[in-house]
Amino acid sequence: MSEHKNNGSTKYLNPYFGGVLLGLVLIATFFITGRGPGASGAVKSLVVETVDVVAPSHAESNGYFSRFLADGKSPLNSWLVFESMGIFFGGLLSGVIFGRIKKFRVEHNPNITSKTRLIAALVGGMFFGIGTQFGRGCTSGAAMSGTAVFSFGGFLVMVGIFATGYALAWFFRKLWL
Amino acid sequence: MGPLIPNGVIASGWDFVIAILIGLVFGFILEASGFSSSRNIAGVFYGYNFVVLRVFFTAVIVANVGFLYLDYFGWLDLSKVYVLPTYFGPMLLGSIIMGLGFIIGGFCPGTTFTAIAIGKKDALFFFIGIFIGIFLFGEGFPLYDKFYASGYMGNATIEDVLGISAQWFTVIMTVVALASFWVTAEIEKKVRKNRKEYKF
Repeated sequence: MSEHKNNGSTKYLNPYFGGVLLGLVLIATFFITGRGPGASGAVKSLVVETVDVVAPSHAESNGYFSRFLADGKSPLNSWLVFESMGIFFGGLLSGVIFGRIKKFRVEHNPNITSKTRLIAALVGGMFFGIGTQFGRGCTSGAAMSGTAVFSFGGFLVMVGIFATGYALAWFFRKLWL
Repeated sequence: MGPLIPNGVIASGWDFVIAILIGLVFGFILEASGFSSSRNIAGVFYGYNFVVLRVFFTAVIVANVGFLYLDYFGWLDLSKVYVLPTYFGPMLLGSIIMGLGFIIGGFCPGTTFTAIAIGKKDALFFFIGIFIGIFLFGEGFPLYDKFYASGYMGNATIEDVLGISAQWFTVIMTVVALASFWVTAEIEKKVRKNRKEYKF
């Protein structure tokens, strides 16, 4: 297996090798299930389930959450939720094999504090979460899986995410450089 | 033949088992490629680490070529495959908001799962952020429910909208990818000279 060194002690896959593997996973997923892998859909299911448990009448009357409760089944009983649990355990497995699992820690650019990094992560996640709902999926489910099967919407989301990232990179450079 | 589950070749009861297995491999590749680190990911926007571009572009090209062959051989009925529908305005706005979240937070939903798995607290905060964001979106839904459903173009393909066939799209993507691999490798070399505290 080809590897290159990174962060001193940890090793990553050769990115092109990783990319080929990921492409094969995309093909296999569509070939077996007729759909592509995703991730944000699982968090949406978790949100809908949480609202439904805490305030069932509110969930039923909400024009968005109620869409995912219509069939009477738990929203957690969905393909993306199981697949996302797989993503977590797959990451865990890779972390064990490559020796990257450590105590809970905050990774950040040394020029910012861990508190700043945590706030940025929370705020960034919030925007990303809102964006996934308008975008009908995230980098995995919309951009990657969509573009893989030549979906225009998937391609649009891919271009939009990366173009915005580059357009705004200058404004947020202190977080990363 | 394919897709196997929609065509009944594999019983639908296996759906969730297969979901976990696919997720396992997907998550493994994400983590093993270095996507469990927000600093590796954000590098694509600042020129010091283009791993995201390399992995992502390679994956899409491999998948594009693979689907063209599967379709050509008649092994996969592309009409039975889920092609993400297009809602032009909402998806454009969504991708811009996601881009904003990406550059601030440094993760996306899939990569944050793998980063939580190896103990990144910032990934956990990003995950909580996604949760809050989706909750807020749902709570505010009456304000933009009309916009959310607007711009519907059906399961439009790139050929439908841009008039570029899937074959030509794949050729163009491959050429652009190869060119970008070369250009970004040069950029990376220059930028890395000036970055001491980030180890490669």
